[in-house]
Formats: sequence, structure tokens, C-alpha cells
Amino acid sequence: MQETPASMNTSVFEDTIARDQRIEPRDWMPDAYRATLVRQIAQHAHSEIIGMQPEGEWITRAPSLRRKAILFAKVQDEAGHGLYLYSAAETLGADRTDMTERLIDGRQKYSSIFNYPTRTFADVGVIGWFVDGAAICNQVPLCRTSYGPYGRAMVRVCKEESFHQRQGYELLLTMMRGTDEQRAMVQDAVDRWWWPSLMMFGPPDDDSPNSARSMAWGIKRHSNDVLRQRFVDMTVPQAEKLGVTLPDPGLRWNEERGHHDFSAPDWDELKRVVSGDGPCNAERIARRRAAHEEGAWVRRAAAAHAAKRTARSRRGAAA
Amino acid sequence: MSPTSKAEWPLYEVFVRGKRGLNHVHVGSLRAADDDMALLHARDLYTRRNEGVSIWAVRSDTIAASAPDEKDPFFAPSGDKVYRHPTFYDIPDDVPHI
Repeated sequence: MQETPASMNTSVFEDTIARDQRIEPRDWMPDAYRATLVRQIAQHAHSEIIGMQPEGEWITRAPSLRRKAILFAKVQDEAGHGLYLYSAAETLGADRTDMTERLIDGRQKYSSIFNYPTRTFADVGVIGWFVDGAAICNQVPLCRTSYGPYGRAMVRVCKEESFHQRQGYELLLTMMRGTDEQRAMVQDAVDRWWWPSLMMFGPPDDDSPNSARSMAWGIKRHSNDVLRQRFVDMTVPQAEKLGVTLPDPGLRWNEERGHHDFSAPDWDELKRVVSGDGPCNAERIARRRAAHEEGAWVRRAAAAHAAKRTARSRRGAAA
Repeated sequence: MSPTSKAEWPLYEVFVRGKRGLNHVHVGSLRAADDDMALLHARDLYTRRNEGVSIWAVRSDTIAASAPDEKDPFFAPSGDKVYRHPTFYDIPDDVPHI
């Protein structure tokens, strides 16, 4: 096969992006495009996997069989989302075992939101409402991302995410119809999760160094601040309907802009949590590491069983 | 197709038939120790909401694929044969059912 000149590769790639067509696994792509995608998709996959923990803790303590079944299904979905995304990363040449090792060594990151604790069952509802709501804002545009396998994984994820948000909101509606104590639990959870949820969209645009390049490559479709605004505008009327107060005195409708004004989250807190110093970072990683290590014998046994069966069927064929 | 140096289990491509009468369509991939496990994982991963009535799981390293680099010459034979399309033929508007 003849070497294609690099300039020709680049122009085919750029032309594909310019025509809003998708880049597929075996197409030529710039090294930095591949590296950016591997980093983003791995981080996204890790977030789904680590994201099973805060809610998973409540499966045994869910107050009814109905809530238990729902929570089980949701946590199972998060595992599925992680696996779709690891598959997408593998199409770029990333190695799945290697990604897991990088996660538990702290060399690859996951969403800062999962480093906060789930203190009451109301947190389960607020996670569905805020965290999955914010995830939907982030992920719907990613269905049109320029890398084919990533976009296709996101289509699947988004279809399932809607149930996550609705079950959370419904859980909170139910609690708000309960006792004063239950209503107070909901408000307390809202107070604790609001700011970390706003941080899920990442640093503000003027402090987001890789954003411009990701937008030019069609990996990202909207800036962090645009998506954050969309989330606030979407959530305010839902909070009113639910009867809770979002903990921001600066939050008000701006007629001129046609959007809500809101205060900036504590960006220093985001930096601290991302760099490993959040309330649950060590606990989350330790749990993931333990699951990986405790599962090692199962993976080895399955591989040994498969090898034995292959050998047996070969012998059978030879006889 | 992709390097599997550290991977403990081989990669499978998964195809799902959404309902009777439709083709199996590629939905994604997964890793499994053997064919039986690939089918179980495919069921749990890709059909949690009744998305399918039949699954194929195929070892990725057994798939023969056309190379993207050879795209133009490989598909060239069909490029200049417009007469294979119905729109190539001029038929007067008043001829019915054609």
C-alpha cells in the first residue's frame, strides 16, 4: 500500500469535519484529535463507572421494593453506559485494561460530581434530577460529535438517561408530599448538590484552555457556559413546581437576556475536587480498585474455562 | 483490528435484530471470554429495554473489512454506472405506473 502524503490526509480529515460528516475508526486523524478523544471518552466512561457508587450505596436501604428495583435498573444502566464508552475508546486504539489501571492509579480523571457523599435518600432523587439533568444537557449535543462511535454511544446513553432524570424528580415529588421532615431532607439535598451540579459543566469559558480546539474539531458543540446556562434555565421552573429553593440569592430572570442570571460557583472548590481533594475521592478510587482486584480471579477463571472448551472442541473435531 | 496486548478477553461485535422482519444491525462491541458469555453480555448490555429478538456476537478479529485507504479505487466500479439507477431513463410523464 502506498503512503498517502500527510497534507492530503489532513485535508481529507478537515474536509470531513467541515462537511459535518463523521470521522470513523480507521480513518486518518491527527494525533492530537485521537488523544483528545481518548482522554474525553475515558474520562466519560470512568464517570459512569464511578457514578454507580454514590447511588449504589442506597440500593439496600431504598424504602420500598419499587424504589429498590428502580435504583437497581439505574445503576445497571450506568454500568452499561461505561461499557459503551470503553468500547468507543477502544476503537481509537485505547486498551480497556489500561484505562481501568489509569483510573485506579489516578492518571485518568472522572467527573468531580461523584466525589460528593450521598447522605440521605433525598440525595438519590436530587442526583437523578440535577446530575442526570446536567448530564443530559452535556450529552445531547454529543450525539452529534464528530467521532462516529462516540456519537453513537451517546445516542444510546441519552435514550436511557431520560428515565434517570424522571425517576429522580418523581422521587422528590413523592417526598415533598410527605412530612415536614421529608421536605426538609429534599431542601437539604438541593442545597448540597446545586453548586457541584453547576460545576459539572467544567470551568468558565475564559478558563477552559482546550475548549476552542475541541469545538473546531466538532468534538464539542457548545461551550461550558452555554450548557451551564441551559441547565439553569431548564431547572428553575422545575424547582418552583417542586416547591424547593435553589440556594443562590443571585438567581433571577433577566428579561433582556431571556435567561436566568446566576452566581458563579466556587471555582477553587472545583479545582480542589478535580485534583483529588474532594470529600470522597479516596473512597471512590479505593472501592473501584477493590472491585477490580477482587474480580481478578473471576476474569482468570472465565478465560481458563474458555481456553479449556476451545481445546476440547478442537480435540472433538480432530477425532 | 485493535491491539489486544493487555486485554484478558477478546473483543466481539454485536448485531441485534430489533424485531422479526428486520436485519441484524451492528449496535456496538464488548469483551467476553467466549461465545456464550458474549451472548449473555450482549443481552445485558444492548437489550435491557426489549431492543431485540435475536443477537449475533462475532469475534472482531474474524471480520474481513475493506480498508479506508483504498476507498476510492475499491468502490470506483460503481461510481460511473449511472445507468444502474432508475432516474437515468427518460420516460414521458403521461406513461402510467412506471
